[in-house]
Amino acid sequence: MMAGLAIVWSQRDLVLSGFYNTVLLTLACLAISLPLGVLGAVFLLEAPNRLRRICAAFVDLLRCVPFLLLAYVVYYGLPELGLRFEAWGAGLITLVIYNTAYLIEIFRSAGMVLPREELEAARAFGLTTPLIYRRIVLPQIALSAAPVVGNQVIVMIKDSALLMIITVQELTFAANFLSTNYFTPFAPFAVAMLLYWSLCLIVELVVGRLIRLRRSRHG
Amino acid sequence: MDDQTLPAVSASRICKQFNGIEILRDVSLEVQTSETVCVIGPSGSGKSTFLRCLNWLEVPDSGAVRIGGRPFGVVPLSGGGTRPMSKTELAAARTRISMVFQHFALWPHLTVLGNVVEAPIHVLKRPRAEALEEGRRLLDRVGLGHKADVFPHTLSGGQKQRVAISRALAMRPEVLLFDEPTSALDPEMVGEVLAVIRDLAAEGMTMIVVTHEMGFAREAADRIVFIDGGQIIEVGEPEAFFERPATERARRFIARYMK
Repeated sequence: MMAGLAIVWSQRDLVLSGFYNTVLLTLACLAISLPLGVLGAVFLLEAPNRLRRICAAFVDLLRCVPFLLLAYVVYYGLPELGLRFEAWGAGLITLVIYNTAYLIEIFRSAGMVLPREELEAARAFGLTTPLIYRRIVLPQIALSAAPVVGNQVIVMIKDSALLMIITVQELTFAANFLSTNYFTPFAPFAVAMLLYWSLCLIVELVVGRLIRLRRSRHG
Repeated sequence: MDDQTLPAVSASRICKQFNGIEILRDVSLEVQTSETVCVIGPSGSGKSTFLRCLNWLEVPDSGAVRIGGRPFGVVPLSGGGTRPMSKTELAAARTRISMVFQHFALWPHLTVLGNVVEAPIHVLKRPRAEALEEGRRLLDRVGLGHKADVFPHTLSGGQKQRVAISRALAMRPEVLLFDEPTSALDPEMVGEVLAVIRDLAAEGMTMIVVTHEMGFAREAADRIVFIDGGQIIEVGEPEAFFERPATERARRFIARYMK
């Protein structure tokens, strides 16, 4: 065990670079999929019936595909269609697609449960639809959906570990590399677990703050 | 055109069905500037739907609404006929009428003052400082100046409804619509809300109030409109209506309420 930790310490640059890639993938995915999720949700809430049903079915399909399979399609399948990405890019694209599908559903249902009268009042006071979203709907679902979004972010962080299979050099990839090259399976994986946990704690911290903010406003 | 002589609100032959069920049939009503009209009638009689037709929250199947003489919800075409207003035109038209809802419908993520100034700032584009100042004044006037910076969930029902009235007044509307403003309140809070509405009536605000508060209707209204079964059954001055209703239906309705 101590010997294993010593090896991890001696190879800390490798572990940290894996961790760095995991964090970077997570942040990049959030930066892209949060706005896309909001846009998608607004679209699903507002689009005419038939178009909405088609898009809802597509979102549902994406949510129901195993993450790993989606990664295979993006990394191995798309080049057949002339779309070639390096592993890191393919990993990010997979994460974004998968998470956006979930976030769309999360934001859509948060929007659905807003009291009808509140939105009606907004219309009665002359707010146009874009203004209603900007001023009434989105500020509210940003807070009300926070716990569920936080949960999804944690799932996303953990999903990103699967990207090692398409050779993205993230944290699990680094841990696996150490364990097979130095024959010490326990320490590298344990350290990786702690690092994942620390990431999730940060997510929970942010969500906790948003929940407190909401409680102070909405009771 | 002399706006003084035109009715503030004119609804003519409003019809509305929901899923084939007739809710309103040929409902016509004119309300003069500074007049307070109370609309009463049994539950499900169509009175709330009628009110909601006036600002197009429900789009009438047929009939016409005019606010201050100008057509509402539709735009007259030069060759005769009309077309429905675009969403933007409708939003602009709605700023001339304000509404107070049964369940307050305050926006919970905005402070009390934030609720009052939301539409003046973002819809009417009034300067922020001016809107805030007027908002505080309107809150003072309903006795809630000290609550300007709290969030609505900390208020009682009566306080929420007074905020909602301030929010409606902040639009400086031509007409104020009340949709059962005291029906969701605990009995001890009804009075404080009715007092505010009564003051507005005395000041000459043009108002249409759908209500179940017969005592209030009798003393504050200039005219009573009695709706039953989707039609206006009787219109009269409060005294005459409550003492000598002309129709059997009104008589029975009043008897049930005055018990």
